[in-house]
Amino acid sequence: MLDVRDLSCSRGDRTLFQALSFTLPPGTLLSVTGENGSGKTTLLRALCGLSPVDRGSISWQGRRIADAQQGYREQLAYLGHRNALKDDLSPIENLQAMACIFGQNLDPGSAESALHAVGLGRSCHILATRLLSEGQKRRVALARFWSCERPLWILDEPFTALDANSSRLLRNRLERHLTNRGIVVVATHEEIGIGAGTVQQLRLPG
Amino acid sequence: MKNSPLTAAMWGLLRRDLLLAWRRRSELLTTLFFFVIVAGLFPLGIGPEPATLRTIAPGVVWIAALLSCLLSLHRLFAVDYQDGALEQMLLAPQPLSLLVMSKVCAHWIAAGFPLVLLSPLLGLQFGLTGSTLWVLVCSLLLGTPVLSALGSIGAALTLGIRGSGLLVALLTLPLFVPVLIFGAGAVVSSDAGLGAEAHLSLLGACLVLATVFAPWATAAALRIALE
Repeated sequence: MLDVRDLSCSRGDRTLFQALSFTLPPGTLLSVTGENGSGKTTLLRALCGLSPVDRGSISWQGRRIADAQQGYREQLAYLGHRNALKDDLSPIENLQAMACIFGQNLDPGSAESALHAVGLGRSCHILATRLLSEGQKRRVALARFWSCERPLWILDEPFTALDANSSRLLRNRLERHLTNRGIVVVATHEEIGIGAGTVQQLRLPG
Repeated sequence: MKNSPLTAAMWGLLRRDLLLAWRRRSELLTTLFFFVIVAGLFPLGIGPEPATLRTIAPGVVWIAALLSCLLSLHRLFAVDYQDGALEQMLLAPQPLSLLVMSKVCAHWIAAGFPLVLLSPLLGLQFGLTGSTLWVLVCSLLLGTPVLSALGSIGAALTLGIRGSGLLVALLTLPLFVPVLIFGAGAVVSSDAGLGAEAHLSLLGACLVLATVFAPWATAAALRIALE
């Protein structure tokens, strides 16, 4: 369970959000909307523990995330608006490198099946990632969530650059995660249309 | 041990960085050529007097190594910062300082170790012989990892700043001074017939200190840079 109490954040003189409170029990998706520059990314990074906040507390399973540190990071999977892919590596090597950073060994077979699951054909698997289109890169970045067992997912505009078919695949994956009592926080510009779990809406003022 | 998450992360990151360095080997060759050219120009400019060349050899080779190490340093974290991979490293359950150690290690293997391998050739060019040549190689072998480790602090502190290349140089060159003094000093004293042990053990002490403290300082700087 992710519990946020009285969270405030500002950048320079500008207040991005104030006194934000919400509770996300297992099986809940929080959709964060708001205009460009309204603080969606800052909120998501704060939930990850990357950005500092002015006031308020973020707790995971009853412990503040600043105290839990490593314990919290083991529960969390984050996709930023940048894909964290290496242009010079192939999609398979990228997935393996990412798994390594998180302390797992990913064999090429599992990496390939993850890429298949996001609809990337075999011909793309060994190309250098810089040769792929934006949408394809986004799919490679999302592929690691297909085998991700971590309960809390924080996704910053995951639907950007995706075509209709891959958006549908991602929706299905999110629904499956919610059915497995996972928690998802998504920053988005569009209606997500998830049919599983409970969906909470949070609109950040501009 | 092979399957522990920490070793998997450190080993995997080292392999990834070396693979990336290999895919972009032209950049590393540039720094290597820079090293050879800087050290190679001195005899041409100063003249072929053997005694003079022997006197300046330790300083010249060491300064060339130091500058060519600086050339590649500012890219140590910049690419990971731009493509978002650094953010993911901060979120990894493994301690960031150990991941930093992997990256520093990869930087040394790709950019520092080739300098050590080339140094005997440059030493010969300056007329160094026998044991002095060996001391030159040993001093670089102990000293270049210190340059990578200390340099990582500067690279992390200047992350996301415009003109960071120059700033890294300004920040790290003062830190490099002791390494330069002990490294070149070892070769000088060996050439003068005194033992190089004292200088080499001081370099070793620098290496131990840098390996222990630099990754920790770098990790702290990276957390600030990504706030």
